[in-house]
Amino acid sequence: MTLQQILNYETERKTKMKRVLTVLGVTLLAAAVSMAGKSITIKGSDTMVILGQRWAEAYMKAHPATIIQVTGGGSGTGIAALINGSADIAEASRPMKDKEKDQVRQKRGLDVVEIATALDGLAIYVHSGNPISKLTLPQLKQIYQGDITNWKGVGGPDREIVLYSRENNSGTYAYFKEHVLKDEDFSPQCQTLPGTAAIINAVSKDPAAIGYGGIGYSKGVKVLPIARDDQSEFLEPTEANVNAMKYPLARYLYWYTAGAPDGEIKKLIDWALGPDGQKIVTDVGYYPLPKETTPEKKMQK
Amino acid sequence: MTDYRKSDWGQFPIRPGDRRRDVWMGRLISLTALGAIAAIVLIFVFIGREALPVITSPDVHQEVTVSQMVSKLEFRPGKPKMYIWQPVSETPKYSLAPLLLGSFKATLVAILFATPFALGAALYSSEFAPRRIRESIKPVIEMLAGIPSVVMGFFALIILASVLQNLTGWKFRLNATNAGIALGIAVIPIIYTIAEEALRAVPRSYREAAQSLGASSWATVRRVVLPAAAPGIFAGVTLGFGRAIGETMIVLMASGNAAIWSLPLTDSIRTMSVTIAAELGEVVNGSPHYHVLFFIGALLFVLTFFVNLLGEWYVGRLRRRLSGSAG
Repeated sequence: MTLQQILNYETERKTKMKRVLTVLGVTLLAAAVSMAGKSITIKGSDTMVILGQRWAEAYMKAHPATIIQVTGGGSGTGIAALINGSADIAEASRPMKDKEKDQVRQKRGLDVVEIATALDGLAIYVHSGNPISKLTLPQLKQIYQGDITNWKGVGGPDREIVLYSRENNSGTYAYFKEHVLKDEDFSPQCQTLPGTAAIINAVSKDPAAIGYGGIGYSKGVKVLPIARDDQSEFLEPTEANVNAMKYPLARYLYWYTAGAPDGEIKKLIDWALGPDGQKIVTDVGYYPLPKETTPEKKMQK
Repeated sequence: MTDYRKSDWGQFPIRPGDRRRDVWMGRLISLTALGAIAAIVLIFVFIGREALPVITSPDVHQEVTVSQMVSKLEFRPGKPKMYIWQPVSETPKYSLAPLLLGSFKATLVAILFATPFALGAALYSSEFAPRRIRESIKPVIEMLAGIPSVVMGFFALIILASVLQNLTGWKFRLNATNAGIALGIAVIPIIYTIAEEALRAVPRSYREAAQSLGASSWATVRRVVLPAAAPGIFAGVTLGFGRAIGETMIVLMASGNAAIWSLPLTDSIRTMSVTIAAELGEVVNGSPHYHVLFFIGALLFVLTFFVNLLGEWYVGRLRRRLSGSAG
C-alpha cells in the first residue's frame, strides 16, 4: 500500500463510520418512538410463558400498533420486576404474598390488582413404563420428603425413587411445597431442574422418576390420578375436575398489575379474558376460566 | 498551512499535533488497561460488600451464622442432623458443605477426563504429527472452546446422561460424572492450548541432544520434553480447573442440582455457581438468603482467583526455566 492509499482508506473509513453512526442513531430514535407508543412488558412464571407469548402474538396481530414483550424467569422474578417497575404485568402461577404486595405499595405507591387468567392442574408425572397408577397427597408428601424412597412403598416395583423438582424461584415449586408438603422441606435427594420442560424430559427418560409441573406440558410421560387422602376419589387433572376445583392440585394462573390497569393494558386483559384469549388458553393446554368467575378481583388494601 | 516534513523512513508526513495525539492515545490505551483492572477491583468490592453482612450483620445472624454454614443442621425433628442446603423453608438451612463438595466433585471429574485427552492431543500435535495434520488438529480442538456452554449442557442433559445410564444403571441419571464429563469437554481446549504451547516452547536443541545420545522419539518425549514442559502443563491443568469450577450452565443442566452431602461421583450434585444462578433471580434484595448467595460468590471469586494465580505462576516458572537454561 502506498501512503496515498492509506490516507484514502482513512478518509473512507471515517465516512463509513459516520454513515454507521447515522444509521444507528436513526434506528435508536425509531425504537425510542415506537417504545413511547404502546409497549407492554410481561414477565414472570415459566409455567405461563408459552401462554403469555401466544396471547401476545395473537393480540399483536389484531393490534399491530402494540408491542408486547413476554419473558419468563419464574413467578418470583416477575413479581420482583413488578415491584421495581420493570414489568407492566407480572405473570404468576401462585397467588402473590402479602409481603410482596406491600413492597409494590412501598416502592411504587400503587395497589396490586390480581387477575385470574386461566386454570391449571399441577400434574404428577412418572415414566410411561411405571406400573404405578395412582397416588394420594399424603403418599406424595412422604415420597418428596424422603420417607418413602422405593416404589415398593406405594405398591410399585422394587426400585429406588428418583425425585425431580423445580428450582426454588419457581411458582410451581412454591405451590407444591405449600399444597403437597404442607410447607415442610423437600428431601435433600430431590433434584431441581430449570423449567417444567426439563423435568418432563428427565422423567420421560428415567424409569424410576417422579416429577411435577403444569398439564400444558405433559407429553411423553404418564400423568397420575391424585386423591386428597385414602378416602377420597382419585382424579385426573381433566378440565372438568380442575374447573370444579375438585382435583386436589388445581390452581389459578394470575396476572398482576400495579394499580388498576388502563389504556392498552386494560384492553389486553379484557381481550385475554374474552373468548379469543380463552380459546388460546385451551390451545396451549390449560383450562379456560369457568363462565361464572368474575374476571377481576380487586385486592384488599 | 500543513507542514509536510519528511520523516526518516520515507513518505510519511508528520502533521502538527501528531505528538500531542501520540501522548493522548498513549494515555487512552493505558486508561483502558487500568479500566480493566479497576473493573475487577470494583466487582470484588461490590461482591464483598454484599457478602459482608453474613459475617457482621445481626439481622442476618438471626437466620444464619457462619458457623451454621459449615455445620450439620436439623433437617426434620427426629432425623439425624446433616449438611443441608434448603434456603426456601420455614427454617432456612444454609450449609455450604454440599455446595463446596459438589463444585469439587464436578471439577475433579472434569480434570480427570480432560487431562489425558488434552495432553495426548498436545503431545501428538507438537511431537509426532506431520506438519499438515498438526495445522488442522489445533484449530479443530480450539473450536471446542467456541461451543456455547448451553449447547454442551443440552448435549449432556439429553444424550450423554442417557448413554451413561444405559451403560451403568446408576440411580441418578443426572449426576457428578455426567456433568463432569461435559465440563471436561469444555475444558479440553484450555489445557490443550497451554500444554501444546509449553511443549513447543521446549528448545529444539534439547530434542537434538537427546536423539544424538541415541534416545528414541518416545524416550526423548518422556525423559526430556515432558519434564521440561511440566510447569506449562500444570498451568494448563490449573487454568482448566479455574474455568471448570466457575462454569454454570453446563452443570445447571447436567448435574440434577440436588445438594447431597456424599462422596460417590454417581450422586447428583449442586455446585456453588449453579446455586447462585438458580436462586439469585428470586431472592428478596437484602435478605439473609441474598447475602449468603453473595458470600458464595465471594468464595468462588477468591477460589478461582487463587487457582488462576497458581496457573500463572506455573507459566512464569516454565518461562524462567526454558529461557534460563537455554540462554
